[in-house]
Amino acid sequence: MMQYMLLFSRQGKLRLQKWYTAFSDKQKKKICRELITQILARKPKMCAFLEYKDTKVVYKRYASLYFCCAVEENDNELITLEVIHRYVELLDKYFGSVCELDIIFNFEKAYFILDEFLLAGEIQETSKKQVLKAIAAQDLIQEEETPQGFFEDHGLG
Amino acid sequence: MPAVKGDGMRGLAVFISDIRNCKSKEAELKRINKELANIRSKFKGDKTLDGYQKKKYVCKLLFIFLLGNDIDFGHMEAVNLLSSNKYTEKQIGYLFISVLIEANSDLMKLIVQAIRNDLTSRNPVHVNLALQCISNIGSRDMAEAFCTDLPKLLVSGDTIDFVKQSAALCMLKLFRTAPDIFQPGDYASRIVHLLNDSHMGVVTSAASLIEALSKKWPEEYKGSVPLAISRLSRIITATYTDLQDYTYYFVPAPWLCTKLLRLLQNYPPPDDPSNKARLLECLEGILNKAQDAPKSKKVQHSNAKNAVLFEAIALIIHMDSEPNLLVRACNQLGTFLSHRETNLRYLALESMCLLATSEFSHDAVKKHQETIINSLKTERDVSVRQRAVDLLYAMCDRSNANEIVAEMLAYLETADYSIREEMVLKVAILAEKYATDYTWYVDVILKLIRIAGDYVSEEVWYRVIQIVVNREDVQGYAAKTVFEALQRPACHENMVKVGGYILGEFGNLIAGDQRSSPQIQFELLHSKFHLCSIGTRCLLLTTYIKFCNLFPEIKNNIQQRAVEYLQMSKVASPDVLATILEEMPPFAEKESSLLAKLKKSKPQTEETENVEKEKKARPQAVMSQDAGSSSLVDLDSSAEVSSLADIFGQPAGVPSANTSTISNGDEVNIANLADYLKFVCKNNGVLYEDDIVQIGCKLEARTNLARLGMFYGNKTPHIFTDFNPIVTCPGSLAVQLQAQAKPVEPQVGAGTQVQQLINFVCVQEFHKLPIVNIKFRYTDRTGSSQNFDKNFYLPLFVSKFFEPTEMASEQFFTRWKALGQPSQECQKIFPAKYPMENAVVAPKLAGIGAKLLSDVDPNPENYVCAGIINTQTQQIGTLIRLEPNKHAKMYRLTVRSSKDTVVKHLVEILADQF
Repeated sequence: MMQYMLLFSRQGKLRLQKWYTAFSDKQKKKICRELITQILARKPKMCAFLEYKDTKVVYKRYASLYFCCAVEENDNELITLEVIHRYVELLDKYFGSVCELDIIFNFEKAYFILDEFLLAGEIQETSKKQVLKAIAAQDLIQEEETPQGFFEDHGLG
Repeated sequence: MPAVKGDGMRGLAVFISDIRNCKSKEAELKRINKELANIRSKFKGDKTLDGYQKKKYVCKLLFIFLLGNDIDFGHMEAVNLLSSNKYTEKQIGYLFISVLIEANSDLMKLIVQAIRNDLTSRNPVHVNLALQCISNIGSRDMAEAFCTDLPKLLVSGDTIDFVKQSAALCMLKLFRTAPDIFQPGDYASRIVHLLNDSHMGVVTSAASLIEALSKKWPEEYKGSVPLAISRLSRIITATYTDLQDYTYYFVPAPWLCTKLLRLLQNYPPPDDPSNKARLLECLEGILNKAQDAPKSKKVQHSNAKNAVLFEAIALIIHMDSEPNLLVRACNQLGTFLSHRETNLRYLALESMCLLATSEFSHDAVKKHQETIINSLKTERDVSVRQRAVDLLYAMCDRSNANEIVAEMLAYLETADYSIREEMVLKVAILAEKYATDYTWYVDVILKLIRIAGDYVSEEVWYRVIQIVVNREDVQGYAAKTVFEALQRPACHENMVKVGGYILGEFGNLIAGDQRSSPQIQFELLHSKFHLCSIGTRCLLLTTYIKFCNLFPEIKNNIQQRAVEYLQMSKVASPDVLATILEEMPPFAEKESSLLAKLKKSKPQTEETENVEKEKKARPQAVMSQDAGSSSLVDLDSSAEVSSLADIFGQPAGVPSANTSTISNGDEVNIANLADYLKFVCKNNGVLYEDDIVQIGCKLEARTNLARLGMFYGNKTPHIFTDFNPIVTCPGSLAVQLQAQAKPVEPQVGAGTQVQQLINFVCVQEFHKLPIVNIKFRYTDRTGSSQNFDKNFYLPLFVSKFFEPTEMASEQFFTRWKALGQPSQECQKIFPAKYPMENAVVAPKLAGIGAKLLSDVDPNPENYVCAGIINTQTQQIGTLIRLEPNKHAKMYRLTVRSSKDTVVKHLVEILADQF
């Protein structure tokens, strides 16, 4: 089971955090701080797995973003790497060659996509098509529902 | 500003842009505060706020929170959004709640109600939102609220696929939060049959759920075994086009495959021959595919393929019944050992560790010894080298121990600091376990101390002494070798300790040689004396007095230097001295304390060790015939085991002084026996801590009443159940001290803390301690349920009822003289354990509870304290005097009190503190 997933930039800025196990705010901050420092210090050829507390941390860098997942002792590291990759593919497909800014400005979408893909720290749907279908359906509802107010259009809300 | 998808909340995008354009942290904070003020006023004033606006502001708050700021409002508005009939508003409401609401929030009732409404909605996307929210929060409240609805939803024929997927994982989340709430039998067979579902997504989700449920209820879920095998078989024999979008980079359904293989590891190999044959076919198929040429050069292809392979190997190891497969797995991993992908090398080393523990593949692993040693030398990533060390440790046996130990020692010289201590332990264990010739063992340990002295823990050097004492054939060699080691110019303090002890015991065996005559031995040791810490000096002093006995001819020489022992050697007759300093009796045979320590630091190793012992009784540690008793330095074990920690040599069999009156008559094992005395001088602290639980306490006392706050913290990701602490006052203490503990909830949530108050009334003076027995059930890392059952001394010393009394010098000594009867005084002279500075001693004395008086004792170096111990029946005036002798590094402690039991007890507990 995945305990949490973190996305952070090369500058060490946290861009997305998803917690599947209960931690206090203090613990969360500590984990983020420690892992970001530890991972940013690692060299490119090093192995993508590290032991952290009683979890295995699996990480991979995509352009300026690091994706990092903590899984349990007996979880499969390689498949976790591919969980990360599939999520990146989903973001990429949805945003159309995703970049860090997309995730900053559409953070809620990044969460929605993640919830369709992983739930309770386990994989829910591995088919790219199915996940994107679900997200497209959400977008459709959104368009139907949204009144486009005048003030809002001008960014005055 | 990049394109905003869907409707885009433009106001939100503008705000995010503003934040990104801020040049400084201050500017950002200013912008955030402005926005917070704006949102606050909107939420307060504007009653006409529509759903869209509410959604936008809630989303802004969420963004501000994710930037790392605290958010203390908006929760109610988010909850309001849940009852909106617009999907997008609901969705943002749920997102805010999932990220920001604590499981114990006041709003939880409202949230649960909103979820309930959505769960029964006819619109499946609303149902899904509710399920996702439960999965994200997964509190106990939710488990209680939905434990019956969820399984129904999951197995109902009317439920559409994507809702089923969410429902399965939602149920899994609640099951993990509150496994006690779910019933095993309900729906088991229908849930199991989800493995047959035609929708691969449903099967994948269900496999995760079943994997967890089958761990708790293997019997009820054993029907999943044949279904998992048949599903697996269909996937493995499928071509990559069969499964369409569930094929990932030419690998059919890798996620589902690994999940199914993991599920099968919860069960023994199937009994049914056809199932077994089919499973073996699958495993062979996976091993075969590993040798096929890759269908793609992409790393995703090889990762997915190998993920399945490693999981299959894990299952093969778990079954441990197919020699052929085990050897094939080992050969496959062997090819990975020199693969260019670091990840694969790492995993291969890790996986081989398990293969090394199987009798069928142990030899196959040994074929790769050279490559593995090479990894240790050439890998650039320390985590990979660490795996290589682990593997060498696991594959070591009598045939290769010499070489492996030599390689590990060589590596130790340059090893990373982070892994040195563990390596030292491993080398020490291997050397002991596979020693055929104990001179080799002694050489290894001494070399260990020489190259990594700082990382050699007490357990290691205690152990070498223990073995030398117990094995006559090696004593002379040990004395000679350690003597030579001490002659080197730079010599680690641990070497001095071992040398001091061994020469003190067996120096006579080499005294015949002119080059190591008693005089030279003594001078060699004493040349190190001034460089050593107090503890080592004490040990050396003990060695000197032993020399007085062993070598009467140098007694005079020693007498000149060792003042304290001079007294003793004068007072005692030679007979008495000979008796006191008789050669140490052999240590009780027991499990190596080193293994215990390694197990403590690496729980995983423990399992391997156990499995190893049970399965094939490979050569075991020579010393470990009685695995039941515990370690050499573990004071918990029992007072009967003579402990090297008390190197001053109480004869074996006498309980050590600091526990005698307290522990006599208490039949139970006390888990904090080793350090409960730390609470004599303080009122707060951690009573006990391990991987599972932390127990803290905080004591407040006034007159004869005390209130002890106990804090029980659950450190695991699972709930504790049947949590039940019971306080008892054993024996005579029952009438002397009344204890009343407030009841606590029988559950402690994952990662949370429970507080319990215990009130005490001191009726009359006492000298035992109340005991708390703590019992509960917890879930260990493998998911199985375990019992915790330990007893602890509560730090309720009689001194906690001290009331400080101020008095002048004259008054003090008047009272001091008044308490002049022999029974009213108790005195003890003891060596200093801690620095003798005022800054260290004074706070400790003040912490006891009596008043630390200044300007009272004519000698300003001395400390005096005065206080009254309040009991219900009387007040007991008590005076304490502590006289340091800095020169000799000794203290004299005197306690006078109107009650004889109090003086003895106080001296006993106080003598350990300075």
